[in-house]
Amino acid sequence: MHDKERDLISAFMRGQMSRRSLIKRLGLMGATAASAGTLYNLMSTNALAADFDWKKHSGKGVKLLLNKHPYTDAMIANLDNFKQLTGMDVTYDVFPEDVYFDKVTAALSSGSSEYDAFMTGAYMTWTYGPAGWIVDHNEWINDPSKTNPNYNWSDMLDGVRKSCAWNGVPGGALGSDDAKQWCIPWGYEQNNLTFNAGMLEKAGVGVPSNLDELIEAAAKVQAANDGIYGIGVRGSRSWATIHPGFLSAYANFGEMDLSNDGGKLSAAMNTAGSKAFHAKWVKMIQDSGAADWSTHTWYQVGTDLGAGKSAMIFDADILGYFMNGGDNAMAGKLAYAPFAANPEAQAPTPNIWIWSLAMSKFSKDLDATWYFMQWASGPEHGLFGATQMDFVNPVRKSVWESMDFRDRLNKSYPGYVEMHDVSAPGASIKFTAQPLFFDLTTEWAAMLQRMVAKEIPVDEGLDQLADSMDSQLSEAGLR
Amino acid sequence: MTAHADIPAVRPRARISSRYLPYILSLPALLVCIGILVPFVTAIYYSLQRYRMSQPWNRGMNWGENYLNFLSDSSFWHTLQVSLVYAFLTVGIELLLGLGIALLLQKRSKVNNFVSIMLLMPLMTAPALAALMFKLMTNSNFGILSYFMQVLGFPDFRWGASPSTALFTVVLVDVWVYTPFIMILLLAGLRSLPTQPFEAAALDGVPRLEQFWRITLPMLTPYVLTAALFRLLDSIQQFDIIYAMTQGGPGNTLMVFQVEAYLNFFQSTNVGRSTALLLILWAITYILSNIFVKHWLRLRERARGEA
Repeated sequence: MHDKERDLISAFMRGQMSRRSLIKRLGLMGATAASAGTLYNLMSTNALAADFDWKKHSGKGVKLLLNKHPYTDAMIANLDNFKQLTGMDVTYDVFPEDVYFDKVTAALSSGSSEYDAFMTGAYMTWTYGPAGWIVDHNEWINDPSKTNPNYNWSDMLDGVRKSCAWNGVPGGALGSDDAKQWCIPWGYEQNNLTFNAGMLEKAGVGVPSNLDELIEAAAKVQAANDGIYGIGVRGSRSWATIHPGFLSAYANFGEMDLSNDGGKLSAAMNTAGSKAFHAKWVKMIQDSGAADWSTHTWYQVGTDLGAGKSAMIFDADILGYFMNGGDNAMAGKLAYAPFAANPEAQAPTPNIWIWSLAMSKFSKDLDATWYFMQWASGPEHGLFGATQMDFVNPVRKSVWESMDFRDRLNKSYPGYVEMHDVSAPGASIKFTAQPLFFDLTTEWAAMLQRMVAKEIPVDEGLDQLADSMDSQLSEAGLR
Repeated sequence: MTAHADIPAVRPRARISSRYLPYILSLPALLVCIGILVPFVTAIYYSLQRYRMSQPWNRGMNWGENYLNFLSDSSFWHTLQVSLVYAFLTVGIELLLGLGIALLLQKRSKVNNFVSIMLLMPLMTAPALAALMFKLMTNSNFGILSYFMQVLGFPDFRWGASPSTALFTVVLVDVWVYTPFIMILLLAGLRSLPTQPFEAAALDGVPRLEQFWRITLPMLTPYVLTAALFRLLDSIQQFDIIYAMTQGGPGNTLMVFQVEAYLNFFQSTNVGRSTALLLILWAITYILSNIFVKHWLRLRERARGEA
């Protein structure tokens, strides 16, 4: 590396220069964007190494179980820096999402020590934690001899950090003082509105700001545009149908999945408020949803929007992010808006999905594995991923405050930053943490399918659902 | 070394070999048996437990409670019903189609041989891939089958997405994949039938339809039973086509045994219920295969003139 370039980057690392100025001046020196990025990472690595013995586990290896995802791609793109920083080796297996969690369950339930750490969602830790397959990461986070001083755990977004912590008591509040940190947030998704601005304009409708407006807008935009449907939401027979837009809107009306009476849980989705909400949601899908809604996973929801087959989605914001790029037909034509379903609500309350990292209890060397964990979830990698790869949404406040990141988003993703800023304070997991999560939520999705198919009226369906859930909770000793 | 010195060295080895030979020969079978029995017995053990991996503190023997719970569980009876309907419907349709195609291709000719090879293509497709292929073809936006239904005047035909058409859709995929299997078995059977009875019937002027009912079908029955047995055992354990297309939905419309057991294990981590479901499926499979094998043996005996 030339001395002048090194000096420039050092000045940047000391905060004496903005990232934009750095890249501009490097450019003047003839450095390409890619080489500038590499130089920046090298200097970041050096800066990291200054205050902590990163070489403590040099020569050791860590094996990861990963889902095929842009977060994984971002990590792999930056992995050489970790290897250089620590002298450790990292190997990994990457599986597509269809089979990923089966692989995780199989590996953990068999007590296999093959993988030291793996990607997970917070919901999954409600199974893995009580089963004794993962560790409480607080033990490492709070140990200064094991965690580098620049890790800055409090830099994590509060709602996200707390959503990954649970005390293991069914119904226990997430992020409580006695909660165990079952996983470390890596990247996350809020559920908001992504829309095709041209289609809305053609129909002469504004951006809907609550559920009633959304239902009306979806119907109008569908009528005004040939061969499309108004609103994309998930519908497959899976828990994943409930957690995105559906639960975000449901929670915004103050409705709950379960009620908690002194540690005894009961189904709470057959209240009058819940029934009214379900009736509207079902009607929205019947009137303006995809014809084959009941088979739609996140993939169909996203690709239909990207292909111009739907006008709006109420789903993960990053799905809208990815559909606005690449070779999607609608790339560059999508926009974003925060969405509070309840007209009386002060702000959106998106339920969130958090791709996280967790250490397997069966790892042969947890301390060494934690070195990888703190690097991968640290502020430096977060900033690298967010500004140079597609590591969105970042889970760290410092990354969201980065002007480089915000400028990048504002340039190509209109409304995305504002959407995030408005929604982030209310963003957290809205489900009740309990070990029957997947059973009950999948059954909820199956009942929703029956309601949309007009197999059962909403009121009757929700009463049946609540009875069934109560029976399962009783059987499991939770009620 | 001399030849004389070799003789005593060979004899004991031969004696040892002959004594242990039966055991050595049966060792692979024994190992296979152990490989089958260990997981089977483990499954029985788990099925008698309250065993949910997310609640390890609750684990304990409940001695058949999982099975007793099924009696009062409407979803279990629904699963049983859907599994049986799916199995008999697919096998019935595949037998009819397979037999029809086999009869059309019975005469040996270059064209028939070529067509029979081409018809085997779907059988070479993995069922899960076939399901995904049909999922694309039935997509309401761009699927060619959806387009045809629109042309035929059914614009709202929703294939796997509607409870009223989901069963039809997955049966269609199953029939597409497995009819060639039945066809090739029955074609082999038809071509191996003796020609004399047919020549005699033709000389007597027996109509073709009568020949089929009186001669072809009775002689072909062992082949039909064999094909039906194989397909029925496979079909009642259906997983990939249904899971890939609808995950058992919409609602619980297609919640067959394997899908239910899979979801119970991998999603709910309810090992006790999942293994109990699979053991009931095993029992049904065992009973059905016994019935079929008994019929097949009776037919064979009749054919040999022993009955």
